[in-house]
Amino acid sequence: MSVSAAPTATVPATSAESPVLRVESLSTSFIRRGKPLQAVRDVSFELRAGETLVLLGESGSGKSVTARSILRLHGKQATVTGSVMLGDVDLLTLGDAPMRNLRGSRMALVPQDPNASLDPLRRVGHQIAEVLQLHGISSSRSVARARALELLSLVGIPDPPRVFASYPHELSGGMRQRVAIAIAISCEPTVLIADEPTTALDVTVQAQILRLFQDLQHRLSTALLLVTHDVTVAAEIADRVGVMYAGQIVEYGPATEVLQRPRHPYTQALLGALPLPGMARGSLRAISGAPPVAGTAFSGCSFADRCGAAVESCHQQAPVLITVQRDHRAACPVLNSPSNPADSSKEGSR
Amino acid sequence: MATLDAVSGPPGTAGLSTTRRRRATSNRRRLPIPAKIAGVVVLLLIAVALAAPLLAPYDPVAGQLGSRLQPIGSPGHLLGTDGQGRDILSRLMYGARPSLLAGITPVVVSGLLGTTLGLVAGLAGGRTHSVTMRSLDVLYAFPAVLLAIAIAAALGSGINNSIIALSVILIPPVARVTESETARIRSADFMESARSSGAGWLAIAVRQVLPNIAPAVVVYGTALIGLSLVYAAGLSYLGLGISPPNAEWGVMVSDMQKYLYTAPTLLLVPAVAILIASVAFNMLGDGLRDYFNVRTDVR
Amino acid sequence: MITRSDVLLDATDLQKTFGNGVRAADGVSLQVRRGETLGVVGESGCGKSTTAKMILRLLKPDSGTITFGGQNLLSATGSDLRALRRRLQLVPQNPQTSFNPRLIIRSSIEFNLRAHNYARSGWRDRVDGLLTRVGLTAEHGDSFPHEMSGGQLQRAAIARALATDPELVVCDEAVSALDKSVQAQVLNLLADLQQELGISYLFISHDLSVVEHISDRVLVMYLGRVVEEASAETLYTAPGHPYTRTLLSSAPGYTGEHLPPQGEPPNPADPPSGCVFRTRCPWVMDRCVTERPLLGVAKQAQYVACHLNDPHLRDTTISSSSVLTEPITSSSDS
Repeated sequence: MSVSAAPTATVPATSAESPVLRVESLSTSFIRRGKPLQAVRDVSFELRAGETLVLLGESGSGKSVTARSILRLHGKQATVTGSVMLGDVDLLTLGDAPMRNLRGSRMALVPQDPNASLDPLRRVGHQIAEVLQLHGISSSRSVARARALELLSLVGIPDPPRVFASYPHELSGGMRQRVAIAIAISCEPTVLIADEPTTALDVTVQAQILRLFQDLQHRLSTALLLVTHDVTVAAEIADRVGVMYAGQIVEYGPATEVLQRPRHPYTQALLGALPLPGMARGSLRAISGAPPVAGTAFSGCSFADRCGAAVESCHQQAPVLITVQRDHRAACPVLNSPSNPADSSKEGSR
Repeated sequence: MATLDAVSGPPGTAGLSTTRRRRATSNRRRLPIPAKIAGVVVLLLIAVALAAPLLAPYDPVAGQLGSRLQPIGSPGHLLGTDGQGRDILSRLMYGARPSLLAGITPVVVSGLLGTTLGLVAGLAGGRTHSVTMRSLDVLYAFPAVLLAIAIAAALGSGINNSIIALSVILIPPVARVTESETARIRSADFMESARSSGAGWLAIAVRQVLPNIAPAVVVYGTALIGLSLVYAAGLSYLGLGISPPNAEWGVMVSDMQKYLYTAPTLLLVPAVAILIASVAFNMLGDGLRDYFNVRTDVR
Repeated sequence: MITRSDVLLDATDLQKTFGNGVRAADGVSLQVRRGETLGVVGESGCGKSTTAKMILRLLKPDSGTITFGGQNLLSATGSDLRALRRRLQLVPQNPQTSFNPRLIIRSSIEFNLRAHNYARSGWRDRVDGLLTRVGLTAEHGDSFPHEMSGGQLQRAAIARALATDPELVVCDEAVSALDKSVQAQVLNLLADLQQELGISYLFISHDLSVVEHISDRVLVMYLGRVVEEASAETLYTAPGHPYTRTLLSSAPGYTGEHLPPQGEPPNPADPPSGCVFRTRCPWVMDRCVTERPLLGVAKQAQYVACHLNDPHLRDTTISSSSVLTEPITSSSDS
């Protein structure tokens, strides 16, 4: 089963520029215990310069795998099909060496856990300088050092020389994440991919990091692909949102549209599940069941067994992305037929 | 009113009833092939030891001086005869009894005592922990073989005293393994729930900690059997274990030693028996370690 | 008016300093009344988990008192302690690791029943009943933790906590590890159970929206101290302490005032003198450096530990720190 996005992939973009990153029909599968596991299924989206696209989804939705597949970080473990166009180069067809050159220079990753991404045994400044020298941005150590100090101040770190000389464990979580971001932007990448960059951080630090991303985008016109499970982060920072469920994009469009006028039952349910002030206790709109384990196969719509609006055909036929309006698409024929209601909720779960 | 989730399980098992699913999961952990072979060997050894009176062709003690030092493959004496004309094969079979006994019993005894000590030390902490572990350290500091010899010599010869000596020297290593495992479990998340449940420490030790440390202890113990076997043979070789003319592998090595240049192959037989037995137990222990190393372990 | 007899848990002036010099709890006091949910919110390192552990007697406070149902919790031993523990239970944070991996769920729940001498013959029915109550099946009871999802395990953890009919359940980040959609299920369940059984909750979380949703009253903690205590509604609409206001403002999607946090969190082993929040506070005054603010009444049933809340200050002109926007003038409202 697959969610075909082909007809809608050529919907004209809202801006006149062509996208810097264009993902089409991306599918990723792994082999677990001898059996194939389809983690991402036919995902397509575009990213323009200076724009933030948030991939929103819970566990098992395939959002992290998508991000990593774009950067081809899975290596031999995964089979990745489709096309990932960075400018006019298809990343999936590149050899290993050119891909490695590209990573860190034109496309960079800000990983979730800054503890895991920084070398604990080396000073932080050297780790930044190393990237600069590796990609030929800086010719000598002193030039690299100077640039690294600039970058540290660019990401809002006070006292860059002191931090330059520090080891990761001497810095707080927020600082470490800023350093990771500094490394990521050091070569002024066209595309920045952030995988749950604020999940491990306190909420006050999270706010600062999100603001930093926005600031950097303004300055460098970097395109940002941000992967998160937190709807409020999407609300804060996204220009466009792609909601993922069970390895597919189920809704896609401008953030204001998707988050305020969602047209897929899952998105609606996700937004309804948030505890907002004024909601009576015990009345959260919970979705019964749990997100499916990554790789589960479905014969119809993957959300059908948890969906309040599901009809018979939902279990048999895989839905395709339907254009709701202009740039806003949702993979639900039930809500997006001519006589559609605006809302759905499964009352059994209250 | 909150509703049910579908019962989940490993991929591919949705829809199976619980018992069938659990069997499907546990079937995924298998003993690796070498360990299975080792297990068969161990069972064979034990079977031969138990059935020696039925299987052995000759009396292991009475020798026929007329057929001394027959080589391996002699008619009627598959593994030859020793210096006193006794059939080596029969002696080997009968000798398996004390050898295996001296290999297994000390491990069982030290296993029980050592595990208890390790559990108590690991859970109690503080002074109890220090006193227990440091006392064991003192014991552990002595070279095991020498200590075994000293104890066995002090108690007198005989297989029982060997067993006692070996039991004593094996307590510290078992206690150490148990204590370190217990310390690991003690800081596990579920222990917080266990402690806040109001249960006493005995209940926590037996019902929460023990199921988690048992695999490590069993694996370690199985490997210790191999070691104990070799030590027991060593003690007998030195004359501290079983007394002649009884058959036992270590004693057989000691007997045949004087024929090293005249009939070296005969010496090999009990030595190889010791080797095979201890290797088999060790490999079984290794295999058990792999077998137990699954998701059910505390991360 | 709330009477004394309604107070189920009363902790006063808890102190706890760890070996590395970190003052995890510095004079923490709280009360939980019957049938009420007290939320405790704060970021990492604020001492909320330490406080929870002290209340559960998993950690020993350096000083302070805790009474539960009128009995001294800290000095109880043996069967007295056991009896108290029966009434005070825990739902821990990480569903995957809060159960013994080698026991089936049923056995884990029965462990609690055994600890309090429930008749063995009744165990099966009781466990089945508990599982049903939280939305699980008997089959779940026969499963191992690794066979179940996070949401299912957390329900099982709630079932285990309820096994001995407790009066107070400490939820230590009980929904933090769950997906949002599953989180909603568990929050609904907790709310239902409270309504049905009248249990009290001490709900600890770093997620402000969750805490406000489920709590009647909320404690805000920062670096081991309670900086504000108020009803959930007041906290959200009229927060008193500068830190609370910063916290609210940082919550993504908050549409109230914009008050970004300044600076970096201080080193917990070397906290600032006087008011611990002063290094990040937009309204810091000289007094904040030398004198530690105590919890004082800001409004009815709202307590704030801030010098700006000082009644004397309220009487005089407040615009001394003129560069900044108006500080709290809460008393003039009531």
